[in-house]
Amino acid sequence: MSLVDRDQRPKVAPWNDPKVRGNVFQAVLTVFVLFVVYEAFSNAAENLAKAKIASGFGFWNNIAGFDIGQRLIEYNATSSYGRAFWVGLFNTLLVAAIGIVLATIWGFMLGIGRLSKNKIINLLSTIYVELIRNTPLLLQLLFWYNAVLKALPAVRDSKDLGLGMYLNNRGLFTPEPVFGAAWPMVNWAILIGLAGAIGYRHWARKRQEATGAQSPVFLVTLALVLGLPLLVYFAAGQPLSFNHVQLGRFNISGGWQIFPEFVALLLGLVIYTASFIAEVVRAGIQSVYRGQTEASYALGLRPGPTLRLVVIPQAMRVIIPPLTSQYLNLTKNSSLAVAVGYPDLVQVFTGTVLNQTGQAVEVVAVTMLVYLTISLSTSLFMNWYNSRKALVER
Amino acid sequence: MSETVMSKTAFVRTVPIEPLPPPASMVGVIGWMRANLFSGPLNIALTAFGILLAWWVLPPMIEFLITDAVWSGKDREACIVKEGQPSVGACWAFVRDRFAYTIYGSFPVEGRWRANLFFLLGAVAVWWVLAPKAPHKSWGMLYAFVIVPIVSFFLLRGADWLAWAGLPYVETARWGGLLVTLVVAAVGIVVSLPLGIVLALGRRSQMPLVKFFSVLFIEFVRGVPLITVLFMANTMLPLFLPESWSPDKLLRALVGIAMFASAYMAEVVRSGLQALPKGQYEGAMAMGLNYGQMMRLVILPQALKIAIPNIVNTYIGLLKDTSLLLIVGIFDFLKAIETARIDPIWAAPTTSATGYAYAAIVYFFMCYGMARYARNMERRLAVADKR
Repeated sequence: MSLVDRDQRPKVAPWNDPKVRGNVFQAVLTVFVLFVVYEAFSNAAENLAKAKIASGFGFWNNIAGFDIGQRLIEYNATSSYGRAFWVGLFNTLLVAAIGIVLATIWGFMLGIGRLSKNKIINLLSTIYVELIRNTPLLLQLLFWYNAVLKALPAVRDSKDLGLGMYLNNRGLFTPEPVFGAAWPMVNWAILIGLAGAIGYRHWARKRQEATGAQSPVFLVTLALVLGLPLLVYFAAGQPLSFNHVQLGRFNISGGWQIFPEFVALLLGLVIYTASFIAEVVRAGIQSVYRGQTEASYALGLRPGPTLRLVVIPQAMRVIIPPLTSQYLNLTKNSSLAVAVGYPDLVQVFTGTVLNQTGQAVEVVAVTMLVYLTISLSTSLFMNWYNSRKALVER
Repeated sequence: MSETVMSKTAFVRTVPIEPLPPPASMVGVIGWMRANLFSGPLNIALTAFGILLAWWVLPPMIEFLITDAVWSGKDREACIVKEGQPSVGACWAFVRDRFAYTIYGSFPVEGRWRANLFFLLGAVAVWWVLAPKAPHKSWGMLYAFVIVPIVSFFLLRGADWLAWAGLPYVETARWGGLLVTLVVAAVGIVVSLPLGIVLALGRRSQMPLVKFFSVLFIEFVRGVPLITVLFMANTMLPLFLPESWSPDKLLRALVGIAMFASAYMAEVVRSGLQALPKGQYEGAMAMGLNYGQMMRLVILPQALKIAIPNIVNTYIGLLKDTSLLLIVGIFDFLKAIETARIDPIWAAPTTSATGYAYAAIVYFFMCYGMARYARNMERRLAVADKR
């Protein structure tokens, strides 16, 4: 008795065979995409030749000839376009890094506020979140820059904020720390204190797991992280002084100047992104099933430890992926700097450099590549993190 | 038996006594306040902090926006500090004067009815597609996604051969204000949904090359800021196309916005597709439906329904993102306000703040309206899923 060969596919005409149809469709699509790309590049070559615009990255080492107000690395008008690119990139990363830290803190506070049982706090956070989320970021940036910071008093009427800080329409001026010769010792003290604190916490947890005995973790950490550097600081003869702001009638000198463009951009990004982070946090905390809290209370944990040991670890699993995408959004939104004149990557490179060289293809491509690298490396990290933290189920 | 018991007992009430009312401190306004505002030391501190904060923010805001505001006037004279007007709040006179400019830009005055008709057509489309009780939904989709775009194109742009109908050609450089913002948002909305569906299906396709191209497009566009996409559309598109095409500036921006919105829409639709259980696909295939029928009749109606709240949220983002057009020199609503507020005729200390307040109010009502709709839909869907 022979078995029917089940693997034998019934004979069909090739145009009815899904496999053949799929292959033909893919071939057509590929040819079409390649054709479009080829056409685009041949047109671009032709148009560029007609407009007498050079192509390639020869411009990278040419002298830029323009100045940039805020810079983290050495740069002046005789530096190259390549140097200007790095100045812009570092400025983007600076505002993104500070913005992420502040938006996280503010966003978590708002998110917890939206879940607060206190009706007034609840109402205020809700109004804030709805108002900010439903207006464009660009509008908010323009508002902070043009209506608030530009409307600040001129230099001679600077607002005195105390602690040697002054605020006027040219920015925020703060004393500049000057580090003495003995300062490296304090740095070492900070490092040793941090390492010691981490080691101690590790040891304390191991001990608690083994014996159940608790240690004064908080006090010891405080002593190591704050006390040790302070001790060294005073022992080394206070190697820190300040270069104070000199307020003149029309001019201001000395100290650190924080540019209003930077303040406006940072303020706008933090206020806007925090309202989205608040929603992420709220959703995350609400996603933890009520029974978890109740079970924790039943075990005798007080509200504080319940939040810290039961709710937050579970909420974080839900919060972290959308939180990262908010961080990415903040980084990408920092490109709106161009509207307030903060010299970030887009403003410097896609703005000034593009206008001066006219090499749109190269400049836009490099800019996009930078943002793509940031985005893709973050999502790769996230995938790795998620696979580690994912709930292991049966 | 019971009667003998009754007779032996001295007295038993036959009716239960009415319960005493709860103490005054536990009900009503006082009870509510005790429970919600003053339940513990931390809560009392929070309440005090909240009231202080509100006290610090609200009265100045009301003062600026309403009580100190200037409501009428012809030029900057009305909105500066002068005798008999010691403090000036918002300069609403400026907004009233420039209202038409922020709506139509420099669209010809005699042709403004065309813009108004476009707003009306759009409003009908929004109602027809979104209102749960609107009749003949499929006709509504046809109307919103096919008829309105075509009619609007001829209505707003016009053409020389349409001059007899009162629709002479108006170049897009003269379009402006809220009109441009809504046109761009509408194009983004109409284009991104079908393109997003195609890309989402492509990303979930079995065919490796189709999947590759879809993922490439989606991840590329989502990985870069909108502003670079707009720069690309603005500066590179004319290079990539034959010189004779030379696309219109507004069209270039529309291409950028549509590309950007489609990539985001694709991810929203994909999340809807992924939420469907596998049984739906298998059931459809077992019925003998081919791929197109399966998607059209079984999968997409369910997947899109699940995705409605997120689709609307993407539209909110799109509407807010249209403001970026001002950076590439398109005359949208925000640009109209930017131009109006620096006009020397209205140069007063509070003109800028007033302009931004006006813009914020307009954007807020549009976006908040959509957000409320999304939330309502979410609730309706949750009810439908509960069995």
